[in-house]
Amino acid sequence: MQRRIRAVALAAAAMLAGAGVTACGGGSSSASGDKTITYWATNQSTSLDADRKILQPEIDKFTQQTGVKVKLEVIPSADLLNRILAATTSGKGPDVLNIGNTWSASLQATGAFVAWDKELLARVGGESRFLPAALKSTGATGKDPASLPLYTSSYELFYNKKLFKAANITSPPKTWSEFVADAHKLTKDTNSDGKTDQWGLGLQGASSSFAAHFAFILGTQHGAEVFDGHTPKFDDTGMVDGIDQWLSWIGKDGIVNPSDAEMTDKVALLQNFASGKAGMILAQSSTGRTLGQYKMTTADYGVVPVPAQDPAVAGGKDIGSFVGGINVAVFKNTGNLDGSTRFVKFLTSAKEQVYLNKTYGTLPSVTDAKDPAFDTPTLAVARQTLDSRAVPLPQIAEESQFETLVGQAMSSFAAQTATGKQPGKARIKSEMTAADQKLEAGN
Amino acid sequence: MAVIIPSGTRESPGTPDTPKQSARGSRFRGRGRRWIPYAFLLPALALELLIHFVPIVLGVAMSGLRVTQYQISHWWDAPFTGLGNFRIVLDFDGPTGKALAQSFFVTLGFTAVVLSGAWLVGMAAALALQRAFRGRGLLRTLFLVPYALPAYTAVITWRFIFQRDNGMLNHLLGQLGLIDSNPFWLIGHNAFWAECVVAIWRMWPFAFLILMAGMQAIPGEVYEASSIDGAGPWRQLQMITLPLLSSVNKVLVLVMFLHTFNDFSTPYILFGGSAPPAGDLISVHIYQSSFATWNFGLGSAMSVLLLLFLAVVSACYLAFTRRTGHES
Repeated sequence: MQRRIRAVALAAAAMLAGAGVTACGGGSSSASGDKTITYWATNQSTSLDADRKILQPEIDKFTQQTGVKVKLEVIPSADLLNRILAATTSGKGPDVLNIGNTWSASLQATGAFVAWDKELLARVGGESRFLPAALKSTGATGKDPASLPLYTSSYELFYNKKLFKAANITSPPKTWSEFVADAHKLTKDTNSDGKTDQWGLGLQGASSSFAAHFAFILGTQHGAEVFDGHTPKFDDTGMVDGIDQWLSWIGKDGIVNPSDAEMTDKVALLQNFASGKAGMILAQSSTGRTLGQYKMTTADYGVVPVPAQDPAVAGGKDIGSFVGGINVAVFKNTGNLDGSTRFVKFLTSAKEQVYLNKTYGTLPSVTDAKDPAFDTPTLAVARQTLDSRAVPLPQIAEESQFETLVGQAMSSFAAQTATGKQPGKARIKSEMTAADQKLEAGN
Repeated sequence: MAVIIPSGTRESPGTPDTPKQSARGSRFRGRGRRWIPYAFLLPALALELLIHFVPIVLGVAMSGLRVTQYQISHWWDAPFTGLGNFRIVLDFDGPTGKALAQSFFVTLGFTAVVLSGAWLVGMAAALALQRAFRGRGLLRTLFLVPYALPAYTAVITWRFIFQRDNGMLNHLLGQLGLIDSNPFWLIGHNAFWAECVVAIWRMWPFAFLILMAGMQAIPGEVYEASSIDGAGPWRQLQMITLPLLSSVNKVLVLVMFLHTFNDFSTPYILFGGSAPPAGDLISVHIYQSSFATWNFGLGSAMSVLLLLFLAVVSACYLAFTRRTGHES
């Protein structure tokens, strides 16, 4: 009985898991005094194995240059946050790790990461080397960065050129009304069996992080401020309107296959897009690279910025994305700070930035990484979005709770919409008020 | 463990420490040997404390603290709130308490369905294999497969089966002409039943195994005698098998109850981490709500309540079954 109870006694279990999982990795570096450091890389390509194959040769180069051995572990993105929290609680974690840049301030607040002060930044070439937009997502404003940008990306609209042509759509949508109209033209029954088998838009409805990203993008377009200082304003009218717009794609507009409400992983989404079951998807820059694995080239798909509100909402901000990307941080409990910073220097060096970002289809985070490979249409749109139509997610400690609480509520709304009725704005608002209260209950 | 009896107790029960009459040598040997079994138990005890007891104590300690992201790296320094976390968790008008209560009732329903389902299937299978016949050994092995499969492998397969568009279940139902449009199994209300089916499927071989072992202890002569008296299979089940299995059932039901009520892997893997409200079992609920708000004090408070609930239910159950046992 005790065993069973322990299995769910969350906090204890989380701590124990943290200790158990990481004891074999990070602990060794400080205890034995050898130079091995542990690196947690987040899953960037189609599989953990593919990531290992991409990163291991680079790590070998680093070891050759510096003599510092690196133990690599690739973590699925869905597990990353919980793994980091467990490592933070137990104090036993990796030496160097990847984080989603939107969590920077939240994770900074745990005090688990080494702060990049001037002296430390000088070791990796100084602050001025990094893209100013990317640097904004490295921790709370006014504090030394808790992480450094590694890969930079933005949301974009990918569309299937062949399906657009077949539906007589001459130019890709620039506004949401054009978007819905085009999506309607794409939603049809292609084999006349009485069932719709081609949809305007593909959506990862059950992925809470994907949903939360659109709460932010659409909410901001509707004039929402997610936080007022540190007070959550998830039930702000603009936010409710944004969530309602997102839900309507599945519900009222009927441009999304209701089955997408149970879709958690991106692989299934990309398969639907590549096989022509969905005419458009909203996804981050790296998708351009991944689509190559589904035998899709830029001849098959086009990329445009995320549409704007039409007419523009009073008080709204026309953004197409937040500043997306992956950062690299050094765990405070590292027994090898020197080796860790040298590894970060290596990862952010111009040469590695070109190689890694080229491979992952993202943009380099440093100004001196230049390569013709970054002139693809996908990345041109990303650069354009990051330059003029992107803001960072709020850089405050409570940000990650916005992603989890609002994202989970939205996935639940999507499920309700798919299985029955689309929740109205009043219902959305009351759930968002509850999310506000849940966040504040602990503060 | 039962085999090793400290020699002192055997020699002079009641006063093991005052064997004045015995020779010095044997007393020395007796005392020395008395420690041996305990010495052997020590490593197990230490590990038991470390693996089971310490986390429980830490969890209880954390439930009295306000542990959020600001403190998780040094949670023992978190501000003490006393019963503050419990007040939030048990405030059923507030969103946190309301969600917890809802999850609790879903879990109760789930436990009732899974417990009865798994027991019935396990019982039926055990009865079917009670008499010897060709291929019984093979069937027995086959029946244990769901229990032997790793949880992840088993549940992820069910996840594929339950998918709306490409799942085998909807395909099968469509072929049989039972459905017009594909229903959802992983979201919405059906999620509850999907979850129950998977849990029963995972659990029944355990019931089967225990009941089968219990049935083997029932002497065959009892059945022979009853059939001479004209009892049919149904009457034999009612009058012989079930009563003679009652002590086995007592333990089986308790173990299955605790296992099912705490089931984490089934909902977590089946729904890919985000359980729909209809299938929101309590262990996953606690996990998710703690990580969603990064408020581990609240999560610990919920876990402590869960522990108390299960302890009380188990104690009542044991007291009740013992009493009815004495009466009969």
